[in-house]
Amino acid sequence: MSDILINRRTLLAASAAGAASAVSAAGLIVPAQAAGLAPTPTMRGGSNNYRPGAAIVKRIGGGGFLMTGTVRRAGDGAPLEGQRIQMWAHTTEGHEREPQSHGATLTDKNGNFQMDMPQIVPTFGQAHGHLAYDSGDFETVFLRPLMKSSRDKTLHVDFVLVPA
Amino acid sequence: MKQQSKQRVILFWGGLAVVLGIPIFAAMTSPLLQWRQPAYIVAGFAGVLALCLLLIQPLAIGRYLPNIDPLRSRAIHRLIGVLLVVMIVTHVGGLWMTSPPDVIDALLFRSPTPFSVWGVIAMWCVFATALLAVLRNRFRIKHKTWQRLHTGLALVIIAGTVAHALLIEGTMETWSKAALAILAIIATLKVMMDLRVWSWRK
Repeated sequence: MSDILINRRTLLAASAAGAASAVSAAGLIVPAQAAGLAPTPTMRGGSNNYRPGAAIVKRIGGGGFLMTGTVRRAGDGAPLEGQRIQMWAHTTEGHEREPQSHGATLTDKNGNFQMDMPQIVPTFGQAHGHLAYDSGDFETVFLRPLMKSSRDKTLHVDFVLVPA
Repeated sequence: MKQQSKQRVILFWGGLAVVLGIPIFAAMTSPLLQWRQPAYIVAGFAGVLALCLLLIQPLAIGRYLPNIDPLRSRAIHRLIGVLLVVMIVTHVGGLWMTSPPDVIDALLFRSPTPFSVWGVIAMWCVFATALLAVLRNRFRIKHKTWQRLHTGLALVIIAGTVAHALLIEGTMETWSKAALAILAIIATLKVMMDLRVWSWRK
């Protein structure tokens, strides 16, 4: 019995890994720039119970739950300021379909947004929120992120948009 | 039919009452109810009751219900079959009133939730079973053929329903839901073996 330690396949794998580590060690590749930051695809069911034109509000209802997120441009990843993000969810204060469950906010100069809103509770089997970018300058994106636990007090969402 | 002792009868019905009663009671005291509208609450309980029926259903056709004669057992099995259809229609109808787009996504198999596909498959199998039961005499389906078709559908129904129920975060409490689901599976498999559904022997 003989142990073959090096065959064609392991040799190729090893040399490829070696080459890759040499390149990254030299700082030649910054992952986000190399691949180009990929746009966020719309999620299944993301647009369910959407009400276009939700008002920009400081807070939805009584608050207590914090929705946070970022909005960046596809490719270079530049933060996008002043982008309107709409959000809605089934909360302790109402169903997804009801107007009081909807609100919108604008991103700051770093592309960040946040919204104080009522606690999200599980509906249709999952604790989830809905968010939309639907303002026209970039392609429309509808998201339906899940909470890791329905007891979470916060949910973070990242948008990467492509110019329309 | 052999009469069973009074203790065994009490034990059986008491056990069944506990196994069905605890998950129903737990669902009735779920904090989620306070944030739901009536149609959604009714839809949820129709689902809970349907899962309960899936435990009684094999017990009835397997004649495990103590001191109930075979004819009545079969009548109970038929009645529960009808009730299952009613519960499913109520479940889907109530969910539709609550959030139409989510139900349309589920029915078209494009929902983001992994459990809805199992629920919809089980639903169609229940409807197919009911249709088959209605057409059985008209088309003079042979007993063995009927039994195998019916059992095949029942297996998909029980597996689909259990997957559907266990993956959902809803009003049912996790452990009592799991216990009910496991017992329903065991009862279904037991009646299949006892009735020798898959044996070729006449």
